[in-house]
Amino acid sequence: MSSLTYDIVDSRIMVGRCLRRSWRDPEAFFTALMLPIILMLLFVYVFGGALRDHGPYVDYVVPGLIVLCAGFGAGTTAVALATDLAGGIVDRFRSMPIRASAILLGQVAASLTRNLLATALVIGVGLGIGWRPTTSVWRWAGALGLIVLFILALSWLAAAVGLLAGGPEAANSFTFVLMFLPYVSTAFVPTDTMPSVLRGFAENQPFTPIIETMRGLWMGHTSTGASTAHEALIALAWTLGLLALSWPAATHLFRRTTTH
Amino acid sequence: MSYTVIAEGIRKSFGAQVVLDGVDLALDRGSVFGLLGPNGAGKTTLVRILATLMRPDSGRATVAGHDLLTDPVGVKGAISLTGQYAAVDDVLTGRENLEMMAGLLHLGRRAARARAAELLAEFDLTDARDRRVRTYSGGMRRRLDLAASMIRRPELLFLDEPTTGLDPRSREQLWGTVRHLAAQDVTILLTTQYLEEADQLADTVGMLTAGRIVARGTPDELKSSLGTEIVRLRFPDARAYQSALAALAPSAGGTGFTIEAADDGALRIDIPTDGSSARLRDLLDLLVATGGSTAAGSPRVSTHRPSLDDVFLALTGTADTAGATPAPRSATRSELAR
Ligand SMILES: Nc1ncnc2c1ncn2[C@@H]1O[C@H](COP(=O)(O)OP(=O)(O)OP(=O)(O)O)[C@@H](O)[C@H]1O
Ligand SMILES: [Mg+2]
Repeated sequence: MSSLTYDIVDSRIMVGRCLRRSWRDPEAFFTALMLPIILMLLFVYVFGGALRDHGPYVDYVVPGLIVLCAGFGAGTTAVALATDLAGGIVDRFRSMPIRASAILLGQVAASLTRNLLATALVIGVGLGIGWRPTTSVWRWAGALGLIVLFILALSWLAAAVGLLAGGPEAANSFTFVLMFLPYVSTAFVPTDTMPSVLRGFAENQPFTPIIETMRGLWMGHTSTGASTAHEALIALAWTLGLLALSWPAATHLFRRTTTH
Repeated sequence: MSYTVIAEGIRKSFGAQVVLDGVDLALDRGSVFGLLGPNGAGKTTLVRILATLMRPDSGRATVAGHDLLTDPVGVKGAISLTGQYAAVDDVLTGRENLEMMAGLLHLGRRAARARAAELLAEFDLTDARDRRVRTYSGGMRRRLDLAASMIRRPELLFLDEPTTGLDPRSREQLWGTVRHLAAQDVTILLTTQYLEEADQLADTVGMLTAGRIVARGTPDELKSSLGTEIVRLRFPDARAYQSALAALAPSAGGTGFTIEAADDGALRIDIPTDGSSARLRDLLDLLVATGGSTAAGSPRVSTHRPSLDDVFLALTGTADTAGATPAPRSATRSELAR
């Protein structure tokens, strides 16, 4: 077998391990699955009534919930990696003739899998309670492509945070930050009722163009009034920029943390 | 002679703390090397460096023919490591752990499964194989960790305190495994706090103190390096005991014997000698001449060689003050074998 085949085998084993670990932590698994469902029902049926200016609230809120769940999932990834580093298992892997990057790749790929599952759940529950997005295959492909890219970028960022945190508890606070950020964006309410400072932040933070691009693609119009193409460009710039930074950063940090 | 490990001048500091200060090492192929040293001496650090987990600040080493610094992947392919703390995944079951490691060693699915089953049986974990490692006892976890290091036969096996936390039966079992592997030409670097373990297993022992290997040799060589053998006299009655005590007292003069320990209750006196029969005869003559040994009150004589523990204490006793005094000079093989 070639060394590339070996790399693929190694990475597959690592992903399998990380996913197994996720399913076996019943508390975390339950939270990860319940979160999208509960938030969806909460937002649509509890807050949604007061917020129905622009048609059914479920039409508005789906992209925001996807981003919120992705933020939560990234926190999980940071904690998982920090936990691994705190234990001895990474040392054993590193004493074996496998590419060290497979360890990191395993975590990121598992993160991607978990988060796509949560995304599918948000979309499924949304459709179940009356969300009626576009039926254009191309627009769906665009929205899903952006989601994959965004989750990937966030997963690498989470890996970098997990490496920097120095422990599972510290890594956990990352979840908090990422779950807070969407609230100060167009995820749940348009920005026009926010005070100007918050509004400036909300309009210029990365989650807003990502959410607006999905909204534009699925519903045909954004909530900011800008064109979908415009939001998509900014969204792509943010996600690709984040990916271009966090991927090498995580790889570098991993090498630095594990070779003293 | 072919060596599995040749290391020269390995140095490593953490901040201002110098942990390894020029360690040289040469391990014969198929030999068992016991690395001893007090807590914090740097044993684990040396193991981690040689197992590619840590880079030395300076120095070089060849492990199984691969240069440690320029070909770490080659080194990884030739070694197995059982670290001081069990490196297993406690969310997975014992069987899953071994199958995963075997997969990472590219055994192929079927072979991986078969090897895992073999090792689970060998390390007495078959009954627990489908339980998560989190529910294992410390000793079971330790055994699983060892099993993971034996998936394939390495050229060099690192065992960092492998029997800490094992019960006597598991320890005995591990010793058997170590001997078995050594007989198959596997070179083993073992660190341990149990000097008896080094005595039992190691062909060569090295004492790491103050950043250097201050003594090395076979366990026997190290013991004789203390230059003493304790002669223990046990007296049948207090009168003979007191006569002997008086005859051996420094004020008696001229005999050249010293008393290392005397126990009034047990009527026992320990006297260090060089272990020669001439010296022993001198001692016995002295006892007869001074009434310490009579027909009625003849002491029982036993001799006892220093254990590795004695060597360890003698060599590391100064470890605390190593900063103030020059590090002990390295005792070479020829000095020890005198
Ligand atoms: N990563 C690290 N950063 C800072 N200091 C370290 C690090 N690793 C080890 N040390 C220090 O280096 C010294 C040697 O540690 P090491 O673990 O090698 O000792 P040891 O001989 O294995 O001890 P023990 O018998 O207790 O296992 C200790 O003082 C330890 O605190
Ligand atoms: Mg140690």
